[in-house]
Amino acid sequence: MKEEILRVVNLGVKVGEKKVLENVNIYIKKGDTVALFGPNGSGKSTLMNTLIGDPRYKVSDGRIFFKGEDITDKETDYRVRMGMGIAFQTPPAISGVKLIDVLKKIAEIKGISEDKIYEYAEYLNMTNFLNRDINKGFSGGEVKRSELLQLLVMNPDFAMLDEPDSGVDLENIALIGEAIKKLLQRDLPKKEREKSGIIITHTGNILDYVDADYGLILYKGRIACIGDPYYILEEVRKNGYEGCVKKCLREFKNLNQ
Amino acid sequence: MPERIQESESIDRKRLESVGIELNKERRSATFFQVDQDVKMVSSFFEGVEIMSIRDALKKYDWLKDYFWKAVDREKDDYTKEVAEDFNGYFIRAKEGAKIQIPVEACLYLRTRGLKQKVHNIIIAEEGSELNVITGCTSHPGVVSGMHIGISEFFVKKDAKLTFTMIHSWESGIEVRPRTGIIVEDNGVFINNYVLMSPVKIVQAYPVAYLNGENSRAVFNSIIVGLENSYIDVGSRAVLNGEKSSAEIISRTISKGGQIISRGNLTGNAPEVKGHLECRGLMLSEKGSILAIPELEARYPNIELSHEAAIGKIAEDEIFYLMARGFSRDEATAAIIRGFLDLEIKGIPPVLKTEIDKAISLVEKEIL
Repeated sequence: MKEEILRVVNLGVKVGEKKVLENVNIYIKKGDTVALFGPNGSGKSTLMNTLIGDPRYKVSDGRIFFKGEDITDKETDYRVRMGMGIAFQTPPAISGVKLIDVLKKIAEIKGISEDKIYEYAEYLNMTNFLNRDINKGFSGGEVKRSELLQLLVMNPDFAMLDEPDSGVDLENIALIGEAIKKLLQRDLPKKEREKSGIIITHTGNILDYVDADYGLILYKGRIACIGDPYYILEEVRKNGYEGCVKKCLREFKNLNQ
Repeated sequence: MPERIQESESIDRKRLESVGIELNKERRSATFFQVDQDVKMVSSFFEGVEIMSIRDALKKYDWLKDYFWKAVDREKDDYTKEVAEDFNGYFIRAKEGAKIQIPVEACLYLRTRGLKQKVHNIIIAEEGSELNVITGCTSHPGVVSGMHIGISEFFVKKDAKLTFTMIHSWESGIEVRPRTGIIVEDNGVFINNYVLMSPVKIVQAYPVAYLNGENSRAVFNSIIVGLENSYIDVGSRAVLNGEKSSAEIISRTISKGGQIISRGNLTGNAPEVKGHLECRGLMLSEKGSILAIPELEARYPNIELSHEAAIGKIAEDEIFYLMARGFSRDEATAAIIRGFLDLEIKGIPPVLKTEIDKAISLVEKEIL
């Protein structure tokens, strides 16, 4: 059996005094990709940001283990140097800090040659953005490609992608899908895969291009459903999240008997 | 001659380098070097540019006295009056049509503790010329008190372009009070870059550009870091007298414990003038203060003046974002500060850009 990459145990998260995540348990093996579904405001982005160590989210319960190490109290850069990576949904623009500056720093940390930067930038049609202030005036699709470009250069062992398909036009979605496939090694045979990840998707469109090993529904701050991602997606499309979660809970009950 | 400078062992080269002074004729088109009140070195390596001490220039050119107190009022305050009595300083002139890309450097060096350095500088960019001047004003290490009063009057003639870059590096006991006026004629361009990043007791400066010519233009860029116990009152003003003249005033100020007043004034006096003022401030310490005073003054109906001002702290979400790319907290903070100070000054030669970047990187450690 393959070793574990991420284990989240009874995770509870607060923003200020408000509980946003409760009793979240996730287990991801090396080589596995998970699709994370859920309605708006269910806590998907909160979960990802907590995993990478965003100080705005306070862990009130539980622990996070990455590659077997308890990282619950570690700073974000430590987690990244251990092999985590994230593509944000709405990253901030930073005046005077250019995309190329950030990419060069990533390459330096990861010991990757700078040639790779230009190669991937070309692949994602981002060459003209390298010398621009990061995220400043980028369109929705350009932000996605910029985030993905940073992840490709970083080549993390565990990648988290927050809605990589939202706001992306049809022309670019195949390109983004292909890039994620490469990032998560979905183009390799199952037993050769070393990379793992979580993909948040609201619409599920990205799953037409990247397959996932299983799906999770996050509902009102809790994991409400685990199963085949395509089956979940179909149920959500048919009955909405509420209907799908109800059905799931019934089936869970049966399983528990 | 460069040999002459080597005999004066009392000069700190590192200090000079920190304000962009190289004393290297490969990289400069002319050099002027004044220590206290004495001119120690002056030479031009380029046909089109004339450089000498203002005292010598007054002897050589009878007409020069007509340029005195044209752009700065002699009776303005006690400091201008004091300089009118006794002064040295530089005279730099780009000859008609001469395009001098390689910068001219002028250094005013305060060597003796407690001294009052008084200068009156004149720069003339004759018709159709192009001139880049980099001036570094600094003091000898350990000169803990003193005063620098500099009157500067610049004349940008028709179709000429003058880029003036000033880097200041002082010590905590020194008072600095420059008084600067610039007169720009038809289609003339004046670009002013000011960098102050070291401790100082007081800096008080408010250069005023009089855009008298039609289509004349002025740009003021300032990068100011106020360290603890420094009092910095700086700003720039553009008086748009010429039809279709335009001006831009951009400043970035950081207070790391210093008190900063950041002023800007655009005065529109003629048809179809345009001006924009942008001041942004960053507070890095609980001590210190930044007071931004952007002013727009309209004295004619058909004009367009605007301003934006913002003061804030380093955004936590920006630090977090860079940390999610592997930057440590300190590296992220440094990158954001460097980005804040990066003005992307348009139209200045790369060599000046390099000097400004160098000055910024030298103090980066102190800011953090």
